[in-house]
Amino acid sequence: MRNEIYLDNSATTPASDEVMQAMEPYWSIQYGNPSSPHLRGVAAEKTMNACRSQLGSILKVNPARLFFTGSGTEANNLALQGVANIPYFRRNPGHIITTPIEHPSVLNVIKHLEELGWSVSYLKVDGFGRVEPQEVAELLQPDTKIVSTMLVNNELGTIAPISEIGRIIEKANAARQHKIIYHVDAVQALGHVPLDISGGKVHLCTFSGHKVFGPKGIGLLYAHQQAQLRPILFGGNQEGGLRPGTENIPAIVGLTKAIQLAVENLDTNRKQLYALRQELIGGIETIPDAGINSPGDGAPHLLNASFPGLRGEVLVHFLEQKRIFVAMGAACSSKKKGVSHVLESIGLESEAIHSAIRFSLAPSLTLDQIRYVVYSLKETVEEIRNIYV
Amino acid sequence: MYPLLLIRYGELSLKGRNRKTFEDLLLTNIRSRLMGVPHGPVTKTFGRIYLETRGNWEELVARLQSVFGIVSVSPVLRRDLDLEAIQEGASLVIQDSQGSTFKVETRRPNKAFPLTSPEISHALGDHILRNFPHLTVDVHNPDLILHVELRKEGAFLYSKIIPCLGGLPAGSSGKGLLLLSGGIDSPVAGFLAMKRGVRIEGLHFYSYPFTSERSKEKVVELAALLAPYNARGSLRLWIAYFTEIQKALQKSSFPTLSITLMRRFMLRIAAKLAQREKALALITGDSLGQVASQTMESIHVINAVTSEPIYRPLIGLDKQEIINLAMKIGTYETSILPYDDCCTVFVPKNPATRPRLEQVLAAEAELDLEGLVQEALEKTELLEVNRKG
Repeated sequence: MRNEIYLDNSATTPASDEVMQAMEPYWSIQYGNPSSPHLRGVAAEKTMNACRSQLGSILKVNPARLFFTGSGTEANNLALQGVANIPYFRRNPGHIITTPIEHPSVLNVIKHLEELGWSVSYLKVDGFGRVEPQEVAELLQPDTKIVSTMLVNNELGTIAPISEIGRIIEKANAARQHKIIYHVDAVQALGHVPLDISGGKVHLCTFSGHKVFGPKGIGLLYAHQQAQLRPILFGGNQEGGLRPGTENIPAIVGLTKAIQLAVENLDTNRKQLYALRQELIGGIETIPDAGINSPGDGAPHLLNASFPGLRGEVLVHFLEQKRIFVAMGAACSSKKKGVSHVLESIGLESEAIHSAIRFSLAPSLTLDQIRYVVYSLKETVEEIRNIYV
Repeated sequence: MYPLLLIRYGELSLKGRNRKTFEDLLLTNIRSRLMGVPHGPVTKTFGRIYLETRGNWEELVARLQSVFGIVSVSPVLRRDLDLEAIQEGASLVIQDSQGSTFKVETRRPNKAFPLTSPEISHALGDHILRNFPHLTVDVHNPDLILHVELRKEGAFLYSKIIPCLGGLPAGSSGKGLLLLSGGIDSPVAGFLAMKRGVRIEGLHFYSYPFTSERSKEKVVELAALLAPYNARGSLRLWIAYFTEIQKALQKSSFPTLSITLMRRFMLRIAAKLAQREKALALITGDSLGQVASQTMESIHVINAVTSEPIYRPLIGLDKQEIINLAMKIGTYETSILPYDDCCTVFVPKNPATRPRLEQVLAAEAELDLEGLVQEALEKTELLEVNRKG
């Protein structure tokens, strides 16, 4: 085992041995391009098709409607911009409903669409980032075309009620000629919470490889028949012309293996993650003034907590000296000055935001490791607080 | 098209006895700066330097523009000592110049040439008027001047005069220790010191884990950006261990004085290091009144810890002027990367703008000054930072 405790699994995960093994032959032995007419190409195409149908059966959706992309961010872009690029919508931009706590790869695409004439409504979130599904019904307008909510929030672990929202949209769609498209960003959900997109209520769903012990540089977009997309990149005819570019076969194989393992082991992993999370919560509660920002019923791998009196960034660096890696706010926004938009949206006080730390767990961690983390955390928080009198 | 670059250096010629030393140093610096770019011999004649190009004069000029001591550079065309050949060359130079009025200036150190200077100017002027109908002569305020020099080696023709940095050759003055933070100002201060011939070494105060590893990388990057201007194209960077001092300061019962106290520690360490390393001055990025620690009162109190000379090249510059210089030098983009340095992590809410020395001494009486400075120096590491490219 590595001489470190990595609690930043929502930023990225190490590729698992199974994933590495599965990918290994596709770098230099079965290296073909699926578009090539010769045997080397045909072999690559077969591999890709096998991956796609395997993913179809794992996710219980039509494999022909699964599209490989270069990242989760790209899949979110393709989902939203792919709808907006439909010629009719280019002429008649519509209305979007989303939440203020989406990932930047959704929020910033929507900001871009606003520049193109789309209007946006944001669902209200409570102090834990939870939305009220009924509010979707209230915000619906005649020209609402897209609803986008993430299933698991990447900073808090809050789970969105996608089945209820899906039902509301389904009901509204019954009376509409132009159907509302429901997009769910499931990047943080995969492998952590049960997910069923087979019922047709979710029209677009985004996944990423490297958050579930798969390789970096691969994302996946499921698009229901009803969600007709236009490409946002132009080039060859790969992925039905929707996502040109030579297919990344090793990464596709790795992604497939990673998703297979995540879904197969979901129950066992969740049990372990809940136990770890419980241990962590219990430990943090013994630290004076510490506050848990994540909801009690959130995803099992994520825990956001604040330690007033110190700065999250400083805590990150003190813990890294003990080979414990945690995140401040969300990994994606840590490089920017300014505070997390998520923590701000849920109305957290400035002190709580600046002292917030995100722990994201992996099933391979042990209770003993979490106990060691709690011990070190306690010691470190006290040490830093003693410095900042 | 230009086989030769004429390099002018101004101020050096005033330097009497030291002239040869300065010129030799400039030649050394030019040769060192040109390393890695194909070029011919660099030679010195009559207060000018000639550099033979290899058809890449623009690339060479770009390098020369970062060599202190050079006032300007002209790309020069060479022709045989024959009027027709000179006229043909004159046409080429005019074609490569901009403007609608011109004059010809001829110098004839080689008196063997049959025509006098005014006769040559005349002949060339006629030739140009005949061949470039859009041009007219203006001897008082021409847009472009065709310079012609008749030397033993041939006729030299040029019109472009590309301004360079000026200043004194790097390393001609002596060694100075630059207090280098990750901000915008200190690299500019270092640049201006180097402009006057100071060979700088950098000193950075590193407060890990209060600041991140990235903040150190940023300072190393800034040092690399300054290195091409420095003597030998490299810069020694001292990384002083400042963590214990920061901790001690946070415990101080005079929180509003913490910046003043911190600056005094920095100067103490810098002065000791300068004495040890035989640097003749400290250099800081102070600009009067910019922040609390740069008021006259603050500078007075901070300066009181050392009798070493402190150069503050930015003292009279406005922030925007400093930013403009930073952009010109190329350090701005790196300086604004948002990694905290100790000056931003520890800023108290209300820093004193008019600290009083008695107060400061009382605050320092609480601290083990000697021990803290000693430890910081003992744990200081040295990096040799080379220019890139």
